[in-house]
Amino acid sequence: MAETRSFVGGGAARWDVVHAVRCYGHIVRMWIRAALAYPASFWMTMAGNLAASGMDFVVIVVMFLHTHALGGWSLPQVAFLYGTSGVTLGLADIFVGSMDQLGVRVREGSVDTVLVRPVPALAQIAGDRFALRRIGRVLQSGAVLTWSLLRLDLSWTPLKVLVFASLVLCGTVIFGSVFVGGSACHFFMADAAEVQNSFTYGGATMLQYPPTIYARDIVRGTVFGVPLAFVNWLPALYLLGRDDPLGLPSWFRFASPLAALLCATAAGLLWRTGLRSYRSTGS
Amino acid sequence: MYAAVCLRSFRRYSTYRAATWARVFTNTVFGFILTYTYIALWHVRPHLGGYDLSAAITYVWIGQGLLSLLAVGDLGALADLQTRIANGDVAVDLFRPVDQQRWWLAVDAGRAGYQLLTNALVPMLVGGLAFHLRLPQGSAVDVVAGWAATALALALALVVSYALRYLVALTGFWLLDLRGIQLVYYLTSCFFGGFFLPVTVFPPALEAVARALPFIAVFQVPADVFLQHDDAAGALGALGVQLAWAVVLLGLGRLVQSRAVRKVVVQGG
Repeated sequence: MAETRSFVGGGAARWDVVHAVRCYGHIVRMWIRAALAYPASFWMTMAGNLAASGMDFVVIVVMFLHTHALGGWSLPQVAFLYGTSGVTLGLADIFVGSMDQLGVRVREGSVDTVLVRPVPALAQIAGDRFALRRIGRVLQSGAVLTWSLLRLDLSWTPLKVLVFASLVLCGTVIFGSVFVGGSACHFFMADAAEVQNSFTYGGATMLQYPPTIYARDIVRGTVFGVPLAFVNWLPALYLLGRDDPLGLPSWFRFASPLAALLCATAAGLLWRTGLRSYRSTGS
Repeated sequence: MYAAVCLRSFRRYSTYRAATWARVFTNTVFGFILTYTYIALWHVRPHLGGYDLSAAITYVWIGQGLLSLLAVGDLGALADLQTRIANGDVAVDLFRPVDQQRWWLAVDAGRAGYQLLTNALVPMLVGGLAFHLRLPQGSAVDVVAGWAATALALALALVVSYALRYLVALTGFWLLDLRGIQLVYYLTSCFFGGFFLPVTVFPPALEAVARALPFIAVFQVPADVFLQHDDAAGALGALGVQLAWAVVLLGLGRLVQSRAVRKVVVQGG
């Protein structure tokens, strides 16, 4: 089986990764072509995605009609959090978000068809029903992020540019890992698939607001538990020059790549465990 | 017979245990997140929109509790009707000697009954343990009246929500892809229903729009009745608004249905 082949040796493993990415690309291209076959439907659902994710920002704007600061953060600063949270979740959602359908497949037993194909299961499941329309969230959040960057007037330094680039990249990896790890749990509890939403969409909603408004234990949980704080809160503290409500050492603000690496590893292990424990439906 | 349908529907929904608990968990998590954003806002602006902090927090948890019960984001039991319209099974339903609108209302009421015991109650209890929630208060008469009015407002809210969703599902007779209209329904009902923020917090123009739409009858009204946001006369007026919307929307549903039935074309096998 394709999954076990990656253990054969170094050379084979590298070939496997390239093979997996290439297969993923094929599946993705197929789904994009399928979606674009109905252009009206595609553009409408994309606009819908854009509007749905924009609703959260409308709520924030309405809140700021009544105040100049929320938890001590100004509107452009909160918009920065909103934008980075939306862009990273949106990108992760595009690449691997369709995996939350895995619970249905486990229940139906249709994972069987995935396992008999000579393509890594992760590439197939992640690429399945790839939805380009989800780019709506990225575009909308990206627009808010651009506005906030123009308003914030950060005095850019090479280090800041680097931290910003790593925020987008690592944030996407962290959210992507939560999607993959959460989906792996569907192998054990197919009916409870919705729990995953708490960590992905719930987590993204949480990251739209400053960490100062939450109870300290909750913020601590996002640093040491499911490390969502590394997506945007901690890098934002550095970029916006704000104090850490937890008083963590300052290197935490630069530790997002480490957190992303840990997340990806944990998600990979969970995925393997889940896939191995898969027993078909028997019908 | 409709009572039997309602009971069977209740039993049917009670078999989806894991899915129910997953939903309860998600609603509770969102409840915590929203509560902290409300605390931050009401900390700067106490009594914003006519709610004190405790009432504002309660507003969040009522919302999380009622989200599934009133099927704010989805079609509830009417998802089945929508599927039956899409695949043509609705032709069989129309053949039966029952009233479609009442039949599905009975099914949806059974679903709502089950959600009341799980999705509404559990997040409220968790929220009540973590924060100070405001229950109907005042003299003994006020408390009893408050709970009774809430029960009535909730029942009416369910009927209005059902009538709206019935209309959404019926569009399936004309449209092939319902995703667009469902999303529009979700966004407008959540926003103008006061689900994200109470409409009293909106800018005046936006509040006027919200007050003119039926969505406040689904969520804002029952929440305000529970929180005793208005005096007795105001609460009675709000219940009247709910009743009016229920009658209008159910009537509209019947009208649309009589048109839709003529559209049904059963494909020959």
